[in-house]
Amino acid sequence: MSAIKAENLTRRFGKFTAVDAISFEVEQGEVFGFLGANGAGKTTAIRMLTGLLMPSGGDAWVAGRSVRANPRAIKQVIGYMSQRFSLYEELRVEENLDFFAGAYNLDRETSRRRKEEILEQFGLEGVRRRFTRSLPLGWKQRLALGSALLHHPRILFLDEPTGGVDPLARRTFWDTIHDLAAGGATVFVTTHYMDEAEYCHRISIMNKGEIVALGSPLELKRQYGKDTIQEVFVQLIKSTG
Amino acid sequence: MRFNLLPIIRKEFIHIRRDPRSLAIVILLPIMQLLLFGFAIDMDVKNVPIGVLDYDRTPASRDLVRRFTGSDYFIQAAALQRRDQVEDLFKARQAKAVIVIPPDYAASLQRDPSTAVQILVDGSDSNTGAIILNAAQRLLTEASLERAGITDPPLQVAPAIWYNPEQESSHFIVPGLVAVLMMMICALLTSITITREKETGTLEQILTAPVHPSQLIIGKVLPYVGIAMVDAALVILVGIFGFGVPFVGSAALLAFFLLLYVVTSLSLGILISTVARTQQVSMMLAAMLTLLPSVILSGFVFPLASMPDVLQAVSRIIPARYFLVIIRGIMLKGNGFAVLWPQALFLVLLSVVLLAVSVKRFKTRLA
Repeated sequence: MSAIKAENLTRRFGKFTAVDAISFEVEQGEVFGFLGANGAGKTTAIRMLTGLLMPSGGDAWVAGRSVRANPRAIKQVIGYMSQRFSLYEELRVEENLDFFAGAYNLDRETSRRRKEEILEQFGLEGVRRRFTRSLPLGWKQRLALGSALLHHPRILFLDEPTGGVDPLARRTFWDTIHDLAAGGATVFVTTHYMDEAEYCHRISIMNKGEIVALGSPLELKRQYGKDTIQEVFVQLIKSTG
Repeated sequence: MRFNLLPIIRKEFIHIRRDPRSLAIVILLPIMQLLLFGFAIDMDVKNVPIGVLDYDRTPASRDLVRRFTGSDYFIQAAALQRRDQVEDLFKARQAKAVIVIPPDYAASLQRDPSTAVQILVDGSDSNTGAIILNAAQRLLTEASLERAGITDPPLQVAPAIWYNPEQESSHFIVPGLVAVLMMMICALLTSITITREKETGTLEQILTAPVHPSQLIIGKVLPYVGIAMVDAALVILVGIFGFGVPFVGSAALLAFFLLLYVVTSLSLGILISTVARTQQVSMMLAAMLTLLPSVILSGFVFPLASMPDVLQAVSRIIPARYFLVIIRGIMLKGNGFAVLWPQALFLVLLSVVLLAVSVKRFKTRLA
């Protein structure tokens, strides 16, 4: 069974079709890059896959559960990190982790253990009592990822997780993503940094609500006769208008 | 999915604790407003400055003037010579009324059974104007009766005002204020705290966790129920011990109804948060939808019976209208549940409607 499967997944807002009948499958343990220009429909797609937004047509299955029929059942098995930092700035680092552990219904013992593990894994032990507001963006992103991992989700949705983060921090972030995938988690990640696309097992490129290319970075570069994903992307966006 | 409120309640308390200034405002503002309203709104008229234009200048006319200035109602602010000075006096706000005694006052009293004395009133504040006129008429009636030699008029009014014999404004203001303030605070706080989660994106983050929207909202709102109840208790205590407002009825019954009213107010706050996108908008909406309607259309200050039918109809959806009947009934009259249940029923109905619309709006937003 694939971790994520979309079939003609569609979302319209009034007359505007943000996501137009996209279909794809993501395997367990895969790092799947979801690329596209701004406004291509990436975030809308991710919101449907995380059960935040009801599709207008088609369906998708996350861990075998339909986002249409059973959006709530998805929530226990996914982790989500949104485009903008959305933890509580006025809470301390560990208070944020405590809260999300509670939101994921972890019992006391498990939440304590997971909190310590996350603090250690993401190098946040030294700042556990700091107010989240006072952390640099790169650290906040790590905390956000850490919070999304508290309940050991099988599938992770990361919406532009590295936006505004310095190159070194981005590199470490991607190392973590690969560690997670090696551990069996599926990672569905959107980005508009083309160099990051190269780190993905497979990528799809979206334009105007449709998937215009899908494959491994190597396959796509070969298919379009380019040296970098950046060039593939530019050509695709130009040719599909 | 477990329905666990604790983490959400705990987090809300952290937010409240981290923001002591807002909490102080929530607790102190009602007390301050109570003191302001309690002392400033005095419907009784005392020591109104008046001008005297005495064309007659006889012992009889001076006697009449003394009747006015010797009473508690009026003090003499100016003695005028000519009529055209009246306007300047009013314009300079040095007097609110002028007594004009005609040149033949004393003479006319001798030969004529009825003699006119003119009272000019500054009507720009019509409320005070009406009270002044009342007081002046009372003084003049007394004077005429005395002149006619009637010390014991054949027809007398024997007034007895129940539930507030001294007609203390505070007895009337304090319960009303509880109704207005609770509505405002509850609607404001809940709408802001929920809109804040929307604004910062944390709402979306929570909703990707297995947290039901109603779980989130109940968890967030519960702490404010506690705060509102404490707040109400404080205002009522200050009313009782600071202003001598009586409390005849059952405190437990009032607490029960108050809880019901708080739930209605919070429901309005929740509805506002489903409409407003930013904290500022929700603050404005909450202020607009609670303050004026609760003051004007609830029967707090203006009697509902004398309003046009349209406004009376509108007042039926104002929760404060029902709670005012309840709190005045319990505090001043000692009403019990047997009398007040229809009001309670309306509050329940309003809450159900408000919450139903909120849930629907919340779902549409996510769908």
